[in-house]
Amino acid sequence: MQLLRVFLLRLVTTAVTLVGVAVIVFFVIRVVPGNPIAMMLPPGATEADVAALTALYGLDKPLPAQFLIWAGGVLQGDFGTSITTRQPVLGLVLGRLPATLELSVMALVMAVVIGGVAALTGTRRRGTRVEGAIDIANGMALSVPDFLWGLVLILLFGVLVPVFHISGRVTPSLELPFTTNFYLFESLIRLRFDLWLDIVSHMLMPALALAVPLAAIIGQLLKQSLKETMHLDYVTLARTKGYGENHVILREALRNAVLPTLTLVGVQFTFLIGGTVIIERLFSYEGLGNMAIDAVINRDLPLIQGIVILFAVIFTGVNLIVDLLYAALNPRLRHA
Amino acid sequence: MSFLSIRELSVRLKGGPPLLRRVSLDVAAGEVRGLVGESGAGKSMIGKAVLGILPGSVEVTGGEIRLDGVDLLALPPAERRRRIGATAALIPQDPLTALNPSRRIGGQITDRLVDILGWERGRAEARARELLAEVQIPEPERVLRNYPHELSGGMRQRILIASAFAAEPKLIVADEPTTALDVTVQKQILKLIAGMQARHGTALLFVTHDLGVVSKVCQSLSVLYAGMVVEDARVRDFFAAPKHAYSAALLAATPKYTDPMASLTPVPDAVIEAVRAEVAAADRGGHG
Ligand SMILES: Nc1ncnc2c1ncn2[C@@H]1O[C@H](COP(=O)(O)OP(=O)(O)OP(=O)(O)O)[C@@H](O)[C@H]1O
Ligand SMILES: [Mg+2]
Repeated sequence: MQLLRVFLLRLVTTAVTLVGVAVIVFFVIRVVPGNPIAMMLPPGATEADVAALTALYGLDKPLPAQFLIWAGGVLQGDFGTSITTRQPVLGLVLGRLPATLELSVMALVMAVVIGGVAALTGTRRRGTRVEGAIDIANGMALSVPDFLWGLVLILLFGVLVPVFHISGRVTPSLELPFTTNFYLFESLIRLRFDLWLDIVSHMLMPALALAVPLAAIIGQLLKQSLKETMHLDYVTLARTKGYGENHVILREALRNAVLPTLTLVGVQFTFLIGGTVIIERLFSYEGLGNMAIDAVINRDLPLIQGIVILFAVIFTGVNLIVDLLYAALNPRLRHA
Repeated sequence: MSFLSIRELSVRLKGGPPLLRRVSLDVAAGEVRGLVGESGAGKSMIGKAVLGILPGSVEVTGGEIRLDGVDLLALPPAERRRRIGATAALIPQDPLTALNPSRRIGGQITDRLVDILGWERGRAEARARELLAEVQIPEPERVLRNYPHELSGGMRQRILIASAFAAEPKLIVADEPTTALDVTVQKQILKLIAGMQARHGTALLFVTHDLGVVSKVCQSLSVLYAGMVVEDARVRDFFAAPKHAYSAALLAATPKYTDPMASLTPVPDAVIEAVRAEVAAADRGGHG
């Protein structure tokens, strides 16, 4: 079965990738200057204090030994203890993960919807001014990176016309009945639409900033692919059957045109997730990315390691999902 | 009365030269008309005009295409599409590209019946099974659930033929339906089309390069040169004595079934020059 083969092969490459990422991040952040222990002690601490604390976190041992201790822990699900907060890294990271996942997925959905509508409209009105306008909008969206879109949105909808929240994940004064950190999801499940609306209006701007460049890529690529598909014989044959333009685009062309776009969207989605680091900072959104920046500033080595490993897991997971989707959508692969 | 009647149809490249020059031809109900001419003469363009699938780069500059007495060119686009879909069909040239790779065969045969003609799904599916059996496809039940890539080129052409006959159209346009196939299957497919046409009594506009094929399956033919009909004749009369010098030369350039190895005469330059002069004279005649 093709899907199973794709899946197993991916599992192996994923394991190799994760080991590589673990090795690289572990050694690189230790080469960068800055002593986390010295930074967390109050001014006036003695050499002896520093040495004692360094030993406590095992940072006095030789690097290879440190790595083995850490890697051994990771294999048992123990990612160590954050130096700044003194809490287990795994708990901290998993606690923030839902916020970032929700933001990324919302951005992805927005990008697919905006880009998809742009591509379909551009194809429907190909050769007219509407298509020209869509091309120009796509070009503009693409030539500005996500964090600049973030700044633009903050200025527009936070300062000039303050209609959306531009800071945080939820209004702090609200009473939250949630048992998980998937606020957006849980508020829906609990039918708390008041909370859901508040959360959405916090997420909308950062998600849009993340979505704009990806929407442009999807719009451009899918439109190109759709327009090429529209010339193919089976589309022409469908026209002779009596079908109109809309039907032909949606039923004959779209599915085949999506395939080449899909792989690229997968890669671009991992870039989008990477973009959350800066966007979350910009919008004071309490997700993994924001935590990552704090961890780097504080030289919180175990926490940085934990976050990077988690990001790597997410990236490979996204790639896996894309490969499976591709196989599922393509009858050639499904039945091979 | 003719089911398809094309009158003085002119098509040109937008802002460019004419591609069809005042083409007139008729296909009577149940008749098979061959459409021959060299590559680029405009054979496919005529078929596309009839089926309403002219490329966006060309425009109709005059004439009429009457299907069952109704001028298609005078109808609003949606109505034209529906009328064509309900009464005419295409057997395409290349079976490898004419089926949607991501849709099952069954849906590609029944879609017109259900969506355009309003049949019930069950009835359409029964019809599809019946047609696959008629085009001699083994295990129709399984094939209906297949995707195109699971089937050979010959099988796919049979499916496209079945699909074309599905709605019992009054007219089928077959645009070189065998040229993309293996020589070994070409004959079978040709026989299949001729047999189906005879059984269903469908009018057929048969586009081909091959006068040998015309002599076997057609009752009448139109010879096209540079978008102009240079001869319109009954097949029997044509093969006995072609009237136009160009079509006579074309006939002389065609291998004989009785003697395929006999030396062939290419169309002489003088004949080409004469027919070109004729085309130019027609253009000067004012229409285009
Ligand atoms: N999509 C198109 N846009 C512009 N011109 C076209 C297009 N398709 C065909 N033509 C031109 O129209 C003319 C007639 O083409 P057509 O395809 O009807 O020829 P044909 O007789 O079917 O030839 P063949 O035997 O090679 O299929 C040719 O000069 C061709 O270059
Ligand atoms: Mg042709």
